[in-house]
Amino acid sequence: MATFRIKRYNPEKQPEPYYEDFDLDIPKGATLLDCINLIKWTKDGSLSYRMSCRSAICGSCGMKANGHALLACQRQADSLLDKDGTVTIEPLGNMKPIKDLVVDFKPFWDKVNKVQPYLQTSAEAPVGKERTQSPEQFRLIDDTSTCIMCGNCYSDCNTLEVDDNFLGPAALAKAQRFVCDSRDEKTLERVTELSKPGGIWDCTHCAECVERCPKPAQPFHRIKEIMTVALEEGVHNNNGARHALSFTRSVKASGRLNENQLPVESMGYFNIKGLLELVPVGLRMLLKGKIPPIFHKSIDDVKDVKRIYKELNQ
Amino acid sequence: MRAALEVCKDLDVALLTKVYPSRSHSGAAQGGIAASLGNSEDDSWEEHMFDTIKGGDYLSDQDAVEEYVKAAPNVIYELEHMGCIFSRTPDGKIAQRSFGGHSRPRACFSADRTGHAILHALHEQVMKHSRSIKVYSEWFMHSLVIEDQQCRGVVVSDVRTGAVEVIQAKAVVFATGGYGRAFQITTNAFASTADGVLAAFNSGIPLEDAEFVQFHPSGLYRQGILFSEAARGEGGYLLNGLGERFMEKYAPERMELAPRDIVARAEQSEIDAGRGVNGEDFIHLDLRHLGEARIMERLPQIRQLGIDFISVDCAKDPLPIQPTAHYSMGGIPTDKFGAVVVDAKGTRLNGFFAAGECACVSVHGANRLGTNSLLDAVVFGQRAGRSALEYAKNVASPSVNESREKTRVLSVFEDIFQREGSESYNDIRNEMKNIMTHNCGVFRDAEHLTQCIEKIQSLQVRYKKGKVTDKGRLFNTELYEIIELGNMLKMAEIISFAALARKESRGGHFRSDFPKRNDVDFLHHSLVYPTEGDGLELKTKPVVITRHQPAERTY
Ligand SMILES: Cc1cc2nc3c(=O)[nH]c(=O)nc-3n(C[C@H](O)[C@H](O)[C@H](O)COP(=O)(O)OP(=O)(O)OC[C@H]3O[C@@H](n4cnc5c(N)ncnc54)[C@H](O)[C@@H]3O)c2cc1C
Ligand code: SF4
Ligand code: SF4
Ligand code: FES
Repeated sequence: MATFRIKRYNPEKQPEPYYEDFDLDIPKGATLLDCINLIKWTKDGSLSYRMSCRSAICGSCGMKANGHALLACQRQADSLLDKDGTVTIEPLGNMKPIKDLVVDFKPFWDKVNKVQPYLQTSAEAPVGKERTQSPEQFRLIDDTSTCIMCGNCYSDCNTLEVDDNFLGPAALAKAQRFVCDSRDEKTLERVTELSKPGGIWDCTHCAECVERCPKPAQPFHRIKEIMTVALEEGVHNNNGARHALSFTRSVKASGRLNENQLPVESMGYFNIKGLLELVPVGLRMLLKGKIPPIFHKSIDDVKDVKRIYKELNQ
Repeated sequence: MRAALEVCKDLDVALLTKVYPSRSHSGAAQGGIAASLGNSEDDSWEEHMFDTIKGGDYLSDQDAVEEYVKAAPNVIYELEHMGCIFSRTPDGKIAQRSFGGHSRPRACFSADRTGHAILHALHEQVMKHSRSIKVYSEWFMHSLVIEDQQCRGVVVSDVRTGAVEVIQAKAVVFATGGYGRAFQITTNAFASTADGVLAAFNSGIPLEDAEFVQFHPSGLYRQGILFSEAARGEGGYLLNGLGERFMEKYAPERMELAPRDIVARAEQSEIDAGRGVNGEDFIHLDLRHLGEARIMERLPQIRQLGIDFISVDCAKDPLPIQPTAHYSMGGIPTDKFGAVVVDAKGTRLNGFFAAGECACVSVHGANRLGTNSLLDAVVFGQRAGRSALEYAKNVASPSVNESREKTRVLSVFEDIFQREGSESYNDIRNEMKNIMTHNCGVFRDAEHLTQCIEKIQSLQVRYKKGKVTDKGRLFNTELYEIIELGNMLKMAEIISFAALARKESRGGHFRSDFPKRNDVDFLHHSLVYPTEGDGLELKTKPVVITRHQPAERTY
């Protein structure tokens, strides 16, 4: 028997949210979404949440389990239980709750809209054939195009927690989709816009979004790619001090949130001391088995930690 | 969205979806979208046409197929110009690969998420045209407004607030997708619930070829989630409970690589004969002999799916799979311009258009080929949009009696809220799905179908006595699930009714009591009409045959 501790909220009935426990025998092989459906269909029909594809492609079922955003349909329920057999389910963060696990996505989409999320070209498209793009050029936007707009990264982004104006990881990943698309002709305009306050340089490099992203889209890596293009395009009137600052903030945030080592990779060239501080955090997490149980991610993480450790030892 | 982009060139559009535009189930399509671009091998629209008609077991309307395959290359280029990303050949063209039933490599793809790429590209364009396309996300369409034989709009409600509104419109285009959710095991999303086809049906419009449902051989056990054909393509074995490669008995030459319907029937035969694994209703897809390295190289997604969704690692254990309801060939009858027609003569219902899986043109006939349905959605989406635009430009603004229309939907809400019954909707839903899968699934016969209809009808009675827990207005997903269940119960009845009447086997429809195709008596489309007092009536519609006379379908 497992306990699902679900954060309930229905302002029609009661202004304050509260937690409700549901006990359930988890069927073999059941995902978190399967269990929540069982709760809704057999215990309390008024429980509200979003879902549709149940195959990790529509991006509807984002929610927090034990404090971290995930897709409910993508995770085996029993892997989420703590030693008392409990899992705590809450709505995504950084967005206003509407009812139970349903949050208001309007700000999320408003920000996506802000990055002009569509191909912009000035030349006429060729008639009766495609624009060409090499497999290498395709690869530059392959990862980012996997984004399913689930909002998990947005939910757990540290900058958004303190700064509403930040475009946020999903919108920035979407921006990279066009900044790096060989067919798009507005690269300079885009990176100039994205370098303004609220854009790429406001990211604190905590890499929380990489950890939470269910797809290869992994916004922080995309943000770094935009940064590279911005610098290449000569848009660098705003890094420097700001960069260092964000780095410091990030280390703090990472420490506090017990985040893993991914930021290290990107920060290596900024601050050796910071790096050294970060590594033990990653290792401690590993030892405690706190790396999230997505198989391919864990592998990556382990490799990364080992590699970084090796590099540092040299 | 493709239709909206066409209309917004001249007029304003309201784009309504009960999810978000980027969350439609088209996003789940993996394999590709067909077009005879000839980028990797010579190809022609004629060959694409023949493959489609043969695949459809000669029930496709060939005039429509011809225009459809001819339009294919251009709609793909349009998608590309809009920004859709495609995997590329070394010289930068759109790459193409082979797909079941197509004689040439003509599936354009974006890695293993083609539908997702197209869906998001269209959504990007919709965002770009936000001045003329207003998106209503998480609004639910309940019914059509039809006055004087003309479609005047839709009655909708805001899922978030429960508010009911009428959207008056000069023209309405439906693209509401499939209805696989009537079955226990399906690849379809929870949102694929027949609301659109039922709204049309409830307005007196017949449904065409509803009996034709495609079952895919590799659905993940219990979940139904699709395992792409690639797993069998890479050399996976299908094993029954005795550990035998049973395809030996059914298709000794092509074995696991036989066409979808044949493999699905073979699997079901094994399961029905008690040779499922542990006597249960699944068989094994065994990839272990490929070795972990090859699995990781070629099938990483599939491995991850097994781990995430059912906690089986296919490098170590065989995957449990079973046939899964995948695609609905039938739907709202339309002509080749996307206009909805209401009889065998092709009489249009003015102002109403439909495209995509909810529509039946019919290009897919009795069985749709892989990669042909995304194409259907974009080709006919564009055409329905264009037809709607032309029509709307020449018609006066409607003036609908809104309060009357609203009252109808509000009374449905009230009726549901007042139910004090004790029946569990969960039980009713499960029973429906179970009944459909076992009586109207891969194999059908008169006895099971007759029982099926009776049982579904008794569920319809129980449905009225269900237990409702959430009577609030705010994001009441229970209310919508109940409405969807009501739609599916009716759809289930229509499917089995049409299946009972078709006493032959063709494409996706297999009657154990009539295992052969019968062109003399059944080379026609079926049209199921609603009658007074909730009854159903069957009429037929001739198949348009132009270039290819029916021949035996062998592979
Ligand atoms: C797993 C899977 C893989 C597939 N792979 C391929 C492939 O490789 N190639 C291929 O060609 N085809 C494939 N198909 C089939 C193809 O994806 C679908 O047939 C096609 O995408 C359907 O598109 P559509 O626009 O008609 O419907 P959908 O994309 O399903 O959209 C329906 C829309 O209607 C809305 N809607 C429905 N009811 C209501 C209501 N009451 N109120 C408001 N809105 C409503 C929904 O919210 C949704 O936005 C696959 C299908 C599945 C399930
Ligand atoms: S890396 Fe940047 S965008 Fe990603 S979560 Fe951290 S602050 Fe947000
Ligand atoms: S970047 Fe990843 S986490 Fe963020 S919205 Fe896209 S898929 Fe979800
Ligand atoms: S239900 Fe679609 S991502 Fe989980």
